[in-house]
Amino acid sequence: MKFPALQRRTLALAALLLPLAALLGYVALRSGPLAPVAVTEAEVRGQVLRPALFGIGTVEARQTYRIGPTAAGRLQHLAVDVGDAVRAGQTLGSMDPVDLDERIRAQEAARKRADAAVREASARQAFAAAQAQRYTQLEAARSTSEETVLLKRQELAVADAALAAVREEAARVQADTAALRSQRSHLRLLAPADGVVTLRDAEPGSTVLAGQAVLEVVAPHSLWVHLRIDQASAAGLAAGLPAQVHLRSHPGAPLPGRVLRVEPKADAVTEETLAKVVFTQLPTPLPPLGEVAEVTVDLPALPATPVVPNAALQRLGAQRGVWRYGPGGLDFTPVTTGRADLNGNVQVLQGLEEGARIIVYSEKALTPRSRVRVEPQLAKATP
Amino acid sequence: MISLAGRDILHSWGKFVFTGVGLGLLIGVTLVMAGVYRGMVDDGQALLDNSGADLWVVQQHTQGPYAESSSLSDDAYRTLRGIEGVAEAANVTYFTMQVRRDTPVQKDVRAMVVGITPGAGWGAPGHPPALVAGRHITRGHYEAVADMASGVALGERLTIRRNQYTVVGLTRRMVSSSGDPMVFIPLKDAQQAQFLKDNDAIHRQRQRTAANPAFNRPGVPGLREAIDASQTSSSTVNAVLLRLAPGADAQAVADTVRRYVRLGVYTRAQMQEILVSKLIATSARQIGMFLAILALVSAAIVAFIIYSLTMDKIREIAVLKLIGTKNRTIAAMILQQALALGLIGFAVGKVSATFAAPFFPKYVLLVPQDSLAGFFAVQALCALASVIAIRVALRIDPAEAIGG
Repeated sequence: MKFPALQRRTLALAALLLPLAALLGYVALRSGPLAPVAVTEAEVRGQVLRPALFGIGTVEARQTYRIGPTAAGRLQHLAVDVGDAVRAGQTLGSMDPVDLDERIRAQEAARKRADAAVREASARQAFAAAQAQRYTQLEAARSTSEETVLLKRQELAVADAALAAVREEAARVQADTAALRSQRSHLRLLAPADGVVTLRDAEPGSTVLAGQAVLEVVAPHSLWVHLRIDQASAAGLAAGLPAQVHLRSHPGAPLPGRVLRVEPKADAVTEETLAKVVFTQLPTPLPPLGEVAEVTVDLPALPATPVVPNAALQRLGAQRGVWRYGPGGLDFTPVTTGRADLNGNVQVLQGLEEGARIIVYSEKALTPRSRVRVEPQLAKATP
Repeated sequence: MISLAGRDILHSWGKFVFTGVGLGLLIGVTLVMAGVYRGMVDDGQALLDNSGADLWVVQQHTQGPYAESSSLSDDAYRTLRGIEGVAEAANVTYFTMQVRRDTPVQKDVRAMVVGITPGAGWGAPGHPPALVAGRHITRGHYEAVADMASGVALGERLTIRRNQYTVVGLTRRMVSSSGDPMVFIPLKDAQQAQFLKDNDAIHRQRQRTAANPAFNRPGVPGLREAIDASQTSSSTVNAVLLRLAPGADAQAVADTVRRYVRLGVYTRAQMQEILVSKLIATSARQIGMFLAILALVSAAIVAFIIYSLTMDKIREIAVLKLIGTKNRTIAAMILQQALALGLIGFAVGKVSATFAAPFFPKYVLLVPQDSLAGFFAVQALCALASVIAIRVALRIDPAEAIGG
């Protein structure tokens, strides 16, 4: 019998070729540009949104004292080093007085000389006064000429003037001495407040200019974070809001703080709003000045509105909206969005109601003609 | 009527099918090669599509930001935003580098780091248009959206330069023109990553400045600090992407930018020209050359297979002739067999190419038009090849059936 044998062969061939044909059909329709786009969908829910702001800041001291001489000179000695705690009024170092001490001594001598001159003038004036008085009495007894009396009175007036002149001279010399002493005391570098030395910029022997800082002292308990937040996402930033500070050295340990003030001036170049954030409790040990910190500022919770993940927002032409998914297929709905939180949730103010089914993730941007295939998820969620 | 070709195929179906499969694998390779070429072009196309821009504004006299390096000031976008017809302007930086993955075993992945303006501008030019997992960047620093092709997962940490970034979202098919996966990070971080020197270089630069008497003058306290600060700041971007208002004329806006803002501008068509005909031109020609050679080799092999299949049956054909079969019938048998072989070959090739494509390291795009063209090419080739076999078959002397 030939027929069954042939049929078996035919069957075997068909068994090979039919799956191949089916596979070809599947491949043609399910891969490449004709394949449906894999998407995930979700239901829009009403949700209370807790927006937050995120920015980068640096640890800074509220008060930084830059201490240096008021006149150019050579540094004589420095008593403190970086890290030393200092008290208000403490002498931290001094400038070389050069000839100032000698000039003070010369001034002292000049003062003594002026005192002697005062004494001399006083003696002359006392004698002149006595002479004038005596000749006045003699004139009354008509035993001297009027001219002599007038001469004696003139001598008294001259002696009075001479005394006044040397007294003023003595006062001037005294004031000069005081000025030199004052200059001398200005050569001492004093701590203006309690603090810690953070910088020692010159060593004894070096010449420094007037106004150049030799030492820098900060008040350690005045640390704050100078925060910069992108202006585009700084809406709502206000004084008094709670904040979390993540120091770069301690990424996993947020420190509580609050916004002390928002600076009235923003940075126009970097397009950032500036603010100061203070620590609720200062960390110990104190973080170094200049350390970078990530700051999250919590804003008050907003009333419940429809909320969508920001991944669901897509663009069709010039409009921004979401893709609704229903039995009728895909439908693009333009929406007006409100605030967003840092976890990627966005308020929808207009265009969507709670309970609507929308596309969240899609393999590529959708178009009204896209065919879609709903999947539970498109990528592994966690590593 | 009984099909002579069918009967003959059934007679030695195993040989026939295996020949078909072998031929199919060869066709599959050819299709994949065409797919590699299409994938290269599509990588460039995807780069343009995903950027969502209508105009690219770059440094004057450069063909940036993809084909050449380009840098312009990051406040140029304000001027551009004010031009009539511009709906959106977004700063963007592109930078191809090795990104370190902080997995237990540290791995490098080559990626194109894209700096985008984060925040409420979802869907702004430069942003990924769609995600497959996670969310868009919300923080102004230290977050990243990466392409799946880089192999990273949500929540993973990436190290770019001295900063660590948390992967918060994943994309698909967001690649550079050379097929490297994209990693999106906030613009300010990207500017730093691109232009900031490493710490050692900064340190050495400071020392050089300190040693330079012009910069470290005793009479001007603070000058050196000011110079150090100015050397480490960066305020440049690689391009500004413009999206036009509906109805705006791209050419008119481009002319305005070129003439008054004095920057280079490319429209979408020009950018595509740059990407496809300049950036990937050589490698595309390389692939095209290889494709042509492969097609020739395939054609030769197909012709040879059909010829040898016919030669195997030379005695049977002689018998057919002896019993008075018409030449037309014999020719039809050979032609039908050749076409059937081509059909099986094409099916096997298409299926194997489709299933092999995802395993290629770079994108392989199998376009239906290519497959269709491939199908007709294969059939034409088989028909052509069968002509030689038919000529041989028709010249067989019927006497061979009894002689031999």
